[in-house]
Amino acid sequence: MTPSVIELRVSEEDRLIARLTAMAVGLAVVDAAIPSPVPGIKPGLANIVTLLVLLKYGWHTAAWVTGLRVVASALLLGQIFSPGFFLSLSGALCSLAVLAMARHLPTQFGPVSLSLLGAFAHLAGQMALARLWLIPHDGLYFLFPVLGLSALVFGTLNGLITCHLLQDPAFKDDLHA
Amino acid sequence: MIPWRQYLRSGDLLVLGLVATLVGASFPLLWQGGLADRAIIRQGGEVFATLDLHRRQALDVPGPLGNTSIQIEPGRARVAADPGPRQYCVRQGWLSQPGAIAICAPNRVSLEIQGRTKAYDSLSY
Repeated sequence: MTPSVIELRVSEEDRLIARLTAMAVGLAVVDAAIPSPVPGIKPGLANIVTLLVLLKYGWHTAAWVTGLRVVASALLLGQIFSPGFFLSLSGALCSLAVLAMARHLPTQFGPVSLSLLGAFAHLAGQMALARLWLIPHDGLYFLFPVLGLSALVFGTLNGLITCHLLQDPAFKDDLHA
Repeated sequence: MIPWRQYLRSGDLLVLGLVATLVGASFPLLWQGGLADRAIIRQGGEVFATLDLHRRQALDVPGPLGNTSIQIEPGRARVAADPGPRQYCVRQGWLSQPGAIAICAPNRVSLEIQGRTKAYDSLSY
């Protein structure tokens, strides 16, 4: 048997996605370390990376970074294939779908709009999956006011942070650094 | 000082307003599940009486052990007396949440509170 060498070609885009995903995973771990009074209320700091990538590199790259972040951070936190992982995945997929449409909004709608729409799509995706699978009872909707308020607050804050980072000279030309 | 205000564009304020309205409106709608507005009294599984929780009244429901006394006041109802041995339904006291139910099993009488919308199958404390 002859030894075979498998060569994986790594494109420039792969490296970019890997770097951006590393940032997002870092923030997702920080996110998980922040204590929360109610399960389900999280700042969602990693979404700042999703928004930055969406605005700088487009939806395709943002989808890769977000999908990889969900899987990689679940691996790191020991949550892979747990209910929390699937909730996070369905939230991420919904919010990517909404962002795909929302980025075509006129320029009056800035990153804060995208962040808020993404946050509420994330919440809707999670609640839909939880209602269908984890807690098949309408009582789940009683959580909406609390979770909606947290999506409102953190969606706005993450959008503002994204705006601020986009202004920063270090982020202005490249996220490679 | 970071100029947070200037990051908000006109469309952002619109989205923020819409979303805040949605969340604000969801609080009263989802939080209380409607107001209690009637009491359903059952005897042996059959509806014995349906009473509005708008005025004060009392009702005796006959069962195999004797009479169970139901007392109605505006917005709430209770089992005032029951011939059953353990008195669980009497000790539950006033019921005012839609979905709450007091069951006097030995005498086969139940008192259930309903709102306009049926939020729960039952509530127990």
